Amino acid sequence: MCPECNATVGLRDGVERGEVVTCLECNAELEVIGLDPSRFVLAPPEDVDWGE
Amino acid sequence: MNDHVRVGIFCSRLRVEEKLLRDALVHRGIEVEIVDDRELTLVLGQPLRRWDVVLERSLSQTRGLAASRVLESLGVLTVNRHAVAAACASKLDTSALLDAAGVPTPATAIAFSPESALLAAEDLGYPMVLKPITGSWGRLLARINDRDAAEALFEHKVLLGGPEHSVFYLQRHVDKPGRDIRAFVVGDAVVCAIYRESEHWVTNTARGARTRNCPVDSELRELTLRAAAAVGGGVLAVDLLEDGDHLLVSEVNATMEFRNSIDVTGVDIPGHVADHVREVARGSLVGAHA
Repeated sequence: MCPECNATVGLRDGVERGEVVTCLECNAELEVIGLDPSRFVLAPPEDVDWGE
Repeated sequence: MNDHVRVGIFCSRLRVEEKLLRDALVHRGIEVEIVDDRELTLVLGQPLRRWDVVLERSLSQTRGLAASRVLESLGVLTVNRHAVAAACASKLDTSALLDAAGVPTPATAIAFSPESALLAAEDLGYPMVLKPITGSWGRLLARINDRDAAEALFEHKVLLGGPEHSVFYLQRHVDKPGRDIRAFVVGDAVVCAIYRESEHWVTNTARGARTRNCPVDSELRELTLRAAAAVGGGVLAVDLLEDGDHLLVSEVNATMEFRNSIDVTGVDIPGHVADHVREVARGSLVGAHA
């Protein structure tokens, strides 16, 4: 369930813990912290020192 | 010799790149541990034998640099080496190293006040580009087309304050043909290159640029390898600009993203990186240092 809007978030096959997915309902970026059952937290926002 | 290799992938998010790298390493029989940079504690003075090599893939340059510095002091090899990552994290350091190595780059000037920055801009000529010393994904790049814009931007930097705005890094704007080149270096090889095409002057895939295969000819290969060597070598993405009939090196990236470059080049980039990591690890297992 999306922690931002409570919508049910479906996961495609192969998604793993630590990946970031987007809630299709509210567009929030969610970090996957559990898979069975699936659990999410809001992904950390992009910081100024992020990148390659 | 015990040939068992253990690699830690130090990352903030499990992106496509980290999954591909993990799978490539596992495919080669290497034991891999994904390490969330938010969960790791490193204690100085306590030798670490958990990994033979750490592949540093943190999204945060600050965390990545801190971790690689401490890991090296604890006797763990890192890809890339801390000194290389540090050089690439700073556009100023990169430019200085490229210049010292005689690698052609866009004309670059550094200034420390808005007044001296304005003089430098006049010398470089308009349009010119103002860049942050540190920064990625095309953030805070500004093309300055005339003196009015330069005065406004320099004033903004002064009023914003903070050490990051106290150094003015100015570069001649290169009128490139709607694209730049990104060349991928793994060890001593240029494994492939792409064009990054955009109608916008910032040709960064994080900003929506399209990618297309770029054949690696002898000039591109030679210049790319010289740029990579200038910052210390390793697993690097070298960005180049076409300036008329010759190439200029604009940046070198130490934690490269490559998801959009595999299909267009047909090159198994994560496979090459995994082979390199294995070689570094084997060097450590027999006592040599990469």
